[in-house]
Amino acid sequence: MSIRTVRKGRLATGAFAVGAVLALAACGSGDPLAPEDTGSESGDGGAATGPIVIGSQAYYSNEIIAEIYAQALEADGFEVERQFQIGQRDVYMAAMEDGSVQLIPEYSGNLLQFYDAETEARSTEDVAAALPDAVPDGLAVLDPADAQDADSYNVTAAFSEENGITSLADLADFDGTLTVGGNAELESRPYGPPGLSEFYGVDVEFVAIGDSGGPLTKDAIRDGTITMGDIYTADPDLATGDFVTLEDPESMILAQNVTPVVAADLAEAVTPTLDAVNALLTTEELIALNASSVNDQQDSATIATAWLTDNGLL
Amino acid sequence: MNLFLDALAWLTDPERVTGPNPLAERIGEHLWYTVLALVVSALIAVPLGYLIGHTGKGRQLAVLGSGAARALPSLGLLTIFTLIVGVGNAQVAAIAVFVILGVPSILAGAYAGVEAVDRSVVDAARAMGMTETQILFRVEAPLGLPLLLGGLRSAALQIIATAVLAAYVGLGGLGIYIQRGISLRTYDEMLGGAILIVLLALIVDALFAIAERVARRAIGSAPSRGRPRSERPEPLSTDRQSTLEEIR
Amino acid sequence: MNWVGANLDLVVELTLTHARLSIVPILVGFVVAVPLGVFAWRFRWARGVTLTVVGLLYTIPSLALFVLLPPIIGISFLSELNVTIALSIYAVALMTRSATEALESVDPAVRGAANAMGYSGWGRFWAVDLPLAGPVLLAGLRVVSVSTVSLVTVGVLVGSRNLGYLFMNGLQRGIVAEIATGIVMTVLIAVAFDLLLALVGRLAMPWTQGAGGGRRSRRVARRIALTEGPT
Repeated sequence: MSIRTVRKGRLATGAFAVGAVLALAACGSGDPLAPEDTGSESGDGGAATGPIVIGSQAYYSNEIIAEIYAQALEADGFEVERQFQIGQRDVYMAAMEDGSVQLIPEYSGNLLQFYDAETEARSTEDVAAALPDAVPDGLAVLDPADAQDADSYNVTAAFSEENGITSLADLADFDGTLTVGGNAELESRPYGPPGLSEFYGVDVEFVAIGDSGGPLTKDAIRDGTITMGDIYTADPDLATGDFVTLEDPESMILAQNVTPVVAADLAEAVTPTLDAVNALLTTEELIALNASSVNDQQDSATIATAWLTDNGLL
Repeated sequence: MNLFLDALAWLTDPERVTGPNPLAERIGEHLWYTVLALVVSALIAVPLGYLIGHTGKGRQLAVLGSGAARALPSLGLLTIFTLIVGVGNAQVAAIAVFVILGVPSILAGAYAGVEAVDRSVVDAARAMGMTETQILFRVEAPLGLPLLLGGLRSAALQIIATAVLAAYVGLGGLGIYIQRGISLRTYDEMLGGAILIVLLALIVDALFAIAERVARRAIGSAPSRGRPRSERPEPLSTDRQSTLEEIR
Repeated sequence: MNWVGANLDLVVELTLTHARLSIVPILVGFVVAVPLGVFAWRFRWARGVTLTVVGLLYTIPSLALFVLLPPIIGISFLSELNVTIALSIYAVALMTRSATEALESVDPAVRGAANAMGYSGWGRFWAVDLPLAGPVLLAGLRVVSVSTVSLVTVGVLVGSRNLGYLFMNGLQRGIVAEIATGIVMTVLIAVAFDLLLALVGRLAMPWTQGAGGGRRSRRVARRIALTEGPT
């Protein structure tokens, strides 16, 4: 290739780049966020024919709950298919809406806010009462478990003591930059930086750390990379005393009870099984389940089997 | 409704300057990781490549090492390194991953450049009384510069594309838009971020293309460096041309 | 390595799925790219365009392609096809360049000799050009294979179940052994595929044993093995 053709090649590359992107985008007309008709048999009792597709978030603890649901349903004679670790709410709820996933364990408050950002409901009861109307047609929510796993803002015990900060309301008096770390989507959530500003008048910098409040987030709090991190309240490490979970007097964060969301046509069939599970699932139990995963390094299937057996459900 | 128009609207929204995740900052981070990784890769790979090219030893080892480096999944390395060194040093972890990615191409460019120099030129230099070090730095290295630049170019492109993963360990960069786009299903943001990364790659690619051209012209116009092109045995010279393309 | 022992079933399951996910893109890459390479090699005017197109495709980050494909081609974003198609595109992009170079690596003198012996057109292609390009083609395919196996792991970020699961799950739970297992198994699959391809190459091209192969084509093969890489 001579020098001159090399140069032409560069120009062609540039021109092609624009063309290709245009062409790709042109093919993708229509709203990608709109539920797609995937040709699945949703809406006409898909349950009766195929297996129940159970999804989970890309979060280890959610996968454990999904696995418990899956094994409990299998024990009661249902055929299930696991589609775990799908991603975050925006992704798996779209999959629920288009019928490609039919059951997923959810957290009540965040789910409610996802469909109704302006909701006034805060308590377990109010959220549970508001949810059925908030979710799209074709989806049903079952009764919540006692177990909660909520977003929470955590600082080091040392930081809390030094600055006399034990509540999100105390942050307004703090001079200095406040940096919050959490999953990327938190930055746009009503309980993320926008909520901190609205409810507490606190403006924060945001660092996306993609481990769902895992070891990287905790490390970042400890070493001062971030001032506070979003850790879920059923995280066993919160009991170690390293962190102080900031109180939320304005109830920016809603009650987050574990709540199954299910395709409406399946709801009746799976309710007895899932109600039996949820009746036993307390926050303490959930923390213990998470500890089995994080500390004892067991996989979700083993943890689920052990828990169901211990509770006489298997 | 069109994905591309949405992405353009996203890219040109004033929010990209004033809002969270300003473009300039994220582009800066992305470039910084790329440049840093490229420099570290070059510091490792260029001396090693020159050594292999000059002595002609260790080529099989280089191929084997490159294959092994390529088999290592970047996402796995990034997560394990970050977990080990701690998130405060995530940048070290990320740079290490990108260096593993960049070294093979630069190594190949460095050694191929030296190796492709006409042996009769090297022999002539030796006959003139040059030491081996002089031959390497005054003859082989300058003549091999275009191929080395080709290797750097290939490494830079791979690093730019892979630096997307840095967002997952809190390092930002342009990957943040793709990560957010995936979590929030915001296709405008995702495509906008992807377009920026492709553009960045094309610009860097073009800069290296220019540098390669300048380097080749400099070699061609230096009469004292070896024999004129036309006198070189034909197969070798075409081989050199094609080598140049292969490196890219 | 307590973790491996306790999770052997999971590791085996993920490894098999991972291997399965890798195979289709590698095969598609080869089957589509070789004709494209021939096209770029036979027609000078097509060379620049073809290589530019594949070069550009290669600059798109894999993660972006995984998520942009579903709306563009209209399949469910949970479909396994997303990762398969995206990685097939990369494989084609990588392999087309290798295929073009493989054919160009054939010594013009040999081609001239074949012409003199009365070979022409496609006859010469099948009897002379393609077999002689074989070693470089194989080198390219081996690169595609290793890259694909490694890139499959990124799919976990869009919900694809493969060895990458061990990276993100291990990260959330802080289990280094889990991530390390994922890395080791990914490399093992890559090595296994590579050995398999080398074996197939040896069986299909017995003449590459010993003195054959040509200095020039060996050099090109080596360079392809060194410089191309995943993004």
